[in-house]
Amino acid sequence: MATLTKPKLQGKRHRLAKPELLAPAGSLEKLKFAVHYGADAVYIGGQKYGLRSNADNFSFEEMKEGVEFANRYGAKVFVATNIYAHNEDIEGLEDYLRSLEEAGIAAIIAADPAVIETAQRVAPGLEVHLSTQQSTLNWQAVKFWKDEGLPRVVLARETSLEEIAEIKLHVDIEIEAFVHGAMCSSFSGRCVLSNHFTDRDSNRGGCCQSCRWKYDLFVDEGAPAYAPEDDKFTMGSKDLCMIEHLPGLIEVGVDSFKIEGRMKSLHYVATVVGVYRQAIDAYFADPEGYELKPQWLEEINKAANRPLNTGFFFDTPGAEDHIYEPEDKAAPYDFAGVVMAYDESTGVATIQQRNHFKPGQEVEFVGPNGTFFKQTVGDLTDEAGLALDAARHPLQLIRMRTGQSVKPMDMMRKRTVK
Amino acid sequence: MAATKRTELLTTAASMEELRRLAEAGADAFAVGESRYAVRMAGEFDLGMIREAVAFAKPRGVRIYAAVNNLIDNALLPQLPAYLRALDEAGVDAVIFGDPAVLAVARSEGLTIGLHWNAEMTSTNYATANYWGRRGAMRVVLARELNMEQVIDFKANTGLEVQVQVHGMTNIYHSKRSLIHSYAEHQQRSGKEAELKEHADGRGMESGLYLIEVERPDERFPIYEDANGTHMMSSDDICMLESLHELLEPGIDSVKIEGLLKPTAYNEAVVRAYRAVMDAYYADPEGYRFRDEWLDPIRELQDPHRELSFGFFYKEQVY
Repeated sequence: MATLTKPKLQGKRHRLAKPELLAPAGSLEKLKFAVHYGADAVYIGGQKYGLRSNADNFSFEEMKEGVEFANRYGAKVFVATNIYAHNEDIEGLEDYLRSLEEAGIAAIIAADPAVIETAQRVAPGLEVHLSTQQSTLNWQAVKFWKDEGLPRVVLARETSLEEIAEIKLHVDIEIEAFVHGAMCSSFSGRCVLSNHFTDRDSNRGGCCQSCRWKYDLFVDEGAPAYAPEDDKFTMGSKDLCMIEHLPGLIEVGVDSFKIEGRMKSLHYVATVVGVYRQAIDAYFADPEGYELKPQWLEEINKAANRPLNTGFFFDTPGAEDHIYEPEDKAAPYDFAGVVMAYDESTGVATIQQRNHFKPGQEVEFVGPNGTFFKQTVGDLTDEAGLALDAARHPLQLIRMRTGQSVKPMDMMRKRTVK
Repeated sequence: MAATKRTELLTTAASMEELRRLAEAGADAFAVGESRYAVRMAGEFDLGMIREAVAFAKPRGVRIYAAVNNLIDNALLPQLPAYLRALDEAGVDAVIFGDPAVLAVARSEGLTIGLHWNAEMTSTNYATANYWGRRGAMRVVLARELNMEQVIDFKANTGLEVQVQVHGMTNIYHSKRSLIHSYAEHQQRSGKEAELKEHADGRGMESGLYLIEVERPDERFPIYEDANGTHMMSSDDICMLESLHELLEPGIDSVKIEGLLKPTAYNEAVVRAYRAVMDAYYADPEGYRFRDEWLDPIRELQDPHRELSFGFFYKEQVY
């Protein structure tokens, strides 16, 4: 093993098994959509021990329902228990982990050895996956965690494709890597900006994204480096998107492709999951003939709310990978409704309103597996058949004729009005 | 037994010269290292200098700890066994580590050298410290974001030696990216000239660069770049001098003065002040009272733009 040379990135590795597509789910509804749009596994947060204290985290009841739903699709549910615990957090941990096991959760994602060890002892039915919060970059560390009984390591986002290949050559373990979504620009876990600015503990879920705030850079005693009207300093990073480079990720042997975003919208999660699902399936249907489809990028851009890049996979990010200009947060498309039912005989769909829409507007219908069409909104009625001039009530059930047949859980989106 | 064991006064050194002066001022131990293996050292100590430091320290009963605490990538792994062996042979008293790779290599090399577990922000509970203890660590270096109650609770629940920082700045953000370089490049592309350009290599520790967040005009956050990425530091300096006895009483094993980005004269005054407080405390623990004038030499040399604070020792944080 000691004489191993540089891993061959060029020569294609034969992969029999598809990598897992792992999606975030900030709520039960998002879980259902992520699974329906093609995720092999979803990760969620419970009421405690997770790093997104602001997300709508799952109760045990919701977890059970989520697991049941996911299992119908053959999908798994993981729970992020990825805080760095403080002494007082340890109490209650055992019961919490046992409850996760009972709820049918397949794995926890943990960073703190106190959590890892407790899970192995009290809830052996739970797999333990090492969180990216451990900032694992090298194969010796990966091997250490394998020897500790962990079947999977989520690598640091700072790991390159070449380094992943080398890790896979040295250690037989599942490797999970982020392929899409927002990134900490710091090493994960090595940032306490929120603690210093707002007394909120970043490593226990209190992150307030101070890295995306604006700063002035000063050179020595009081001289600002740039004029006040110039772009400010920031650590804010563009978002990761590896859709154009999936074959490389597949061929080095990444076992799980992870999408970030437990705080992201249902529309975002379903759209991004749908695209990666199609790309992975297309690759495995014909690895030699695989080509990126332009509509995949278009779809991703319809959900993206930040400019995209490839993180550390090919090189350390530079000037072009940060967001110095004011952020245009609005995605170009808005989620407008969800199909609840469709009547084949009349061509009328029942749509649950998720945003204002009205007759005459251009909308798109999207479903899993890349189903897609555009149409103009025609006449609208409510459930009782009363004509409406617009769908303006959240969650109201609306009837409208669709250009093609649609299925429950298809999404309707409209162009963002600027 | 706890009453007889005295707390160690640990500090850093940017050079052999500073190390000698701070030992003279009363430091019991030093953390040194080089940026290839260690992160945020006050200065570069290569193997030769570490040997020199050990030779100086040993006869004086002063301890030298070598930091091998950076986030290790594959490329560094082949050099790790020889480096750890060399540190062991040099006679350092312990190796400071964060990455499990160091533990694994020390084990496979059969080294018996002491290991101090220091994961900076993420050393937050005693169960985890004990986990590393069972795998060979003899000391845990606590996160600076803990409060006094948590520190004392930590000590009460671990058999490991407990070290905590009591003075100086702390790292609050570490990125692998070259953020200052990227920012300067971005400005250059938009046609902006800047003083930054004239300091051709002016992004390192000596550059004096700092950030001010738009909403917090009075706080200056030092920032610098090196081989390990970009480091942003706290805008205040922890100073626990007047509360030091609260850490000496429960028998915290080591208190650290961080000398990073400070002049030697300042560090010397700080070490002297802490030495004086510790000596006074141990001379008569029952009758010990803090005297405000002990702080004066530090106040005199303190950068007026940097507040002396209690860090997170007396703060409640939410999440």
